[in-house]
Amino acid sequence: MKDNPDSYVTDDGRTIGPTVMEMKNITLRFGGVEAIKDISFDIREGEIRAIIGPNGAGKSSMLNVISGFYVPQEGEVWYKGAQRPPMKPYQVAQQGIARTFQNIALFEGMSVLDNVMTGRLTQMKSGLLAQSLWKGKAEREEVENREIAEKVIDFLEIQAIRKTPVARLPYGLKKRVELARALAAEPTILLLDEPMAGMNVEEKEDMSRFILDVNDEFGTTIALIEHDMGVVMDLSDRVVVMDYGRKIGDGSPHDVRNNQEVIDAYLGVAHE
Amino acid sequence: MPEQLAFTIEVFLNGLMAGVLYALVALGFVLIYKASGIFNYAQGVMALFAALTLVGIMEGQVPFSHLINAILGTEVHHFGWHVPAFLAILLTMVVMIVLAYCVQRFVFRYLVGQEPIILFMATIGLAYFLEGVGDLMWGSEIKTLDVGLPQGINVWIDEFTFEATGYGFFIDNLDIVASIVAAILVIGLVMFAQYTKQGRAMRAVADDHQAALSVGVSLNFIWILVWSLAGFVALVAGIMWGAKSGVQFSLSLIALKALPVLMLGGFTSIPGAIVGGLIIGVGEKLFEFLIGAPFLGGATENWFAYMLALVFLVFRPQGLFGEKIIERV
Repeated sequence: MKDNPDSYVTDDGRTIGPTVMEMKNITLRFGGVEAIKDISFDIREGEIRAIIGPNGAGKSSMLNVISGFYVPQEGEVWYKGAQRPPMKPYQVAQQGIARTFQNIALFEGMSVLDNVMTGRLTQMKSGLLAQSLWKGKAEREEVENREIAEKVIDFLEIQAIRKTPVARLPYGLKKRVELARALAAEPTILLLDEPMAGMNVEEKEDMSRFILDVNDEFGTTIALIEHDMGVVMDLSDRVVVMDYGRKIGDGSPHDVRNNQEVIDAYLGVAHE
Repeated sequence: MPEQLAFTIEVFLNGLMAGVLYALVALGFVLIYKASGIFNYAQGVMALFAALTLVGIMEGQVPFSHLINAILGTEVHHFGWHVPAFLAILLTMVVMIVLAYCVQRFVFRYLVGQEPIILFMATIGLAYFLEGVGDLMWGSEIKTLDVGLPQGINVWIDEFTFEATGYGFFIDNLDIVASIVAAILVIGLVMFAQYTKQGRAMRAVADDHQAALSVGVSLNFIWILVWSLAGFVALVAGIMWGAKSGVQFSLSLIALKALPVLMLGGFTSIPGAIVGGLIIGVGEKLFEFLIGAPFLGGATENWFAYMLALVFLVFRPQGLFGEKIIERV
């Protein structure tokens, strides 16, 4: 990434590479309702891209288009320089895109460790026969993957609840476990749908720290939907602003904050 | 040993064996329900179809012979060869996997995300369809199934217990084999679900479809795998029951007996199916022996299991091992 002429280095020393994912003229309709109207933007390798906007703007729908849960009626998705044909969500996951969900979609019947291990499924190569026989390849792979899962658990500081069934955890911890599961897949792009929702200041600081650490240490590209403007300004390299399915702002946090249209639609003005 | 006590122990042991056979059928239900939320009404018919196919292959029967003869006026019935049991079982397994693929591809792929009751109705349709196809393919005469399993009363146990206790226990050889096979099957399935990559993917699909998709699990592949496993279990159950009482169309009714087993053990637990089966088996036989025959005029075996299931429904609807429905409000 460093040798690429398209890359640049940020103020705090991180390298941001060329475009890894690009949405071109995406239009998404549900019957007569246009959830996304002709939106184009790109995500660069190694950056933290925030998608913001009022409720109902189409942000989660956009994330669903990126992760393959919705197929847009018009427009193209370009991934790693090639146009991505319409594909199922599990194929998108296999291509290196991991995500978390707004309302948490963990495997409630399993423990934290098991959930994180499911994140490794795309990286486990042994087939049905090898797994049935167990000895040899399958066992080695399981041990390797278990090590990686444990590292992720350590990284997010959830060792204490490794064996707890996820259904019993409070909301904030569930969000962290979901992040761990997404991280375990060693994704190229990490999609976070409102990772800070329902958290207090301390928890938000912890989560922000984790997100920054992930980006810093692993170079993971991150796209996140977030409502807390303080978090967005602090964390993100660039911001996309959506309103009623249209894009009304695209640029650095500073540019976006001073964009009149964005202020009118979403940010509002500080009261004197 | 007093004769009454010896009798009771013998009844208990036979109950355990009967329970194992019920559990074998219940296992198939649990596998499919766990991974796809479908209650497979056709599980019993699948066992019947598997047994029919096995006998058909072993005897070298021509499939659809009645149909072919009726249309073409020929008189073919057999190919004239006999396939050894082991090979026939493998071939039947291939047929069951093809069946699993067809069921997933042509029926359930179009019903993804539908209400459980709709999925259940699809399996009712599947049951009738499979029963009809089984009849057309292999004919409805009663067939004997001989895969080389030992039959008859176990002489060794009879003599040993006679010397030890003065009363010879009559334990059927077939039941002993069935118990061992079922034990191996259960242990194998539990380990598969817990430790292997596909087993983990299966549990993920059973838990949350959307989340499973987001971690890269192909739902279709897992469902075909699950139906194949259920087909395998159905084949084993079909062999055991077929060897016991011949392959006849009433075999599909054993599925009904599996329902109380599922009530007790929970619809989503593999060990639960075994424990539930054992409890029902033992409970049935002991109840008949101790209370039914002396006081209630006998024939209580027919309804005891269902009554027990009713009680469980009232007090513990998720069964002994099923997942308790926890909701954080």
